[in-house]
Amino acid sequence: MASKTDHHVILRVVAKPLIPIIALFALYVQFHGDYSPGGGFQAGVIIAVAIILYSLIFGIAPAMRAVPPAFARGLAGVGFLLFAGVGVWALMMGGNFLDYDALLNEPPGGHKGQHYGILVVELGVLFAVAGAMVSIFYAFAGRVTEIKDEDW
Amino acid sequence: MTGYEGADLAIALINVTLLGLLFVSAVAIARMRSLFAIVILSGIYSLISATWFVALDAVDVAFTEASVGAGISTALMLGAMLLTSRTAKAEPDVSRIVPLLVVIATGAMLVYASIDLPAFGDPDSPANSYVGTDYNERTPKEIGVPNVVTAVLASYRGFDTLGETGVVFTAALAVILLLGFGERSLSATIGRKKDGKG
Repeated sequence: MASKTDHHVILRVVAKPLIPIIALFALYVQFHGDYSPGGGFQAGVIIAVAIILYSLIFGIAPAMRAVPPAFARGLAGVGFLLFAGVGVWALMMGGNFLDYDALLNEPPGGHKGQHYGILVVELGVLFAVAGAMVSIFYAFAGRVTEIKDEDW
Repeated sequence: MTGYEGADLAIALINVTLLGLLFVSAVAIARMRSLFAIVILSGIYSLISATWFVALDAVDVAFTEASVGAGISTALMLGAMLLTSRTAKAEPDVSRIVPLLVVIATGAMLVYASIDLPAFGDPDSPANSYVGTDYNERTPKEIGVPNVVTAVLASYRGFDTLGETGVVFTAALAVILLLGFGERSLSATIGRKKDGKG
């Protein structure tokens, strides 16, 4: 198959260096969300797009070897639990649900609790969105045989 | 307001051009029958509206529209399209008149309602005067995060965001329940291919 119908060489060559840059950009969007547009939702979608691009170009089977479907759906669950866990953590510390000021028991006026609360919550959103999107893509893509060139 | 003469005209031109492009792609989507072209065009539609959101200074919304609307939903629609046929069925002309009338009536009502909307960027508009200014004033004191949008999303409206994350998670769960994990059908395909070759 590779020698006869491989006229996607340009796609492969262009996509290969692009995919790590896309993933890196997702991390920038994630951790720079306090200062610039972006946050967990966008970063999660961008990471999912990097994985989807990989599977569109190199095939779904290598993508599933790199990011197993069980890992993707587990990630979605862990992310949601992480978000809700911050709420429970605030409850344990005597505050209201998702009240980040109570997280670290700091004196009024401190912003540490807010910073860490937002950080962990955004991380939870990142995991949940990335995992969910990749799981949805796998559910769709796993059902069809590989796309033939005539089909485009 | 703006630095040089003619800036307002330039911004108006940009808005008109982008909205015109949106209109053209919407009409093209409505008139097409090839699902592949429709999916790609709706991705383009999302990208243009993201550009328009940037022109309206709503960068966070634009970012989300570009990554979700133009990125992931195009990829997912392509995946869904592969499970069905490649072209939509042509509809008889009679059944197209009623939707057209509904669309024209709704559009007329929206245009009529838009006369009452406050001007763009009006500091006295309801959206800018009560809770909006409150967030802008309190975020540096209470949250200490430079991006007010992040402070509102993650802290002030943490419940909302938790609910949204739950919605995304539930969507993935629903798709998995309907279509399966994808690995089993895929491994069957790969097994068949290997048999055919070897």
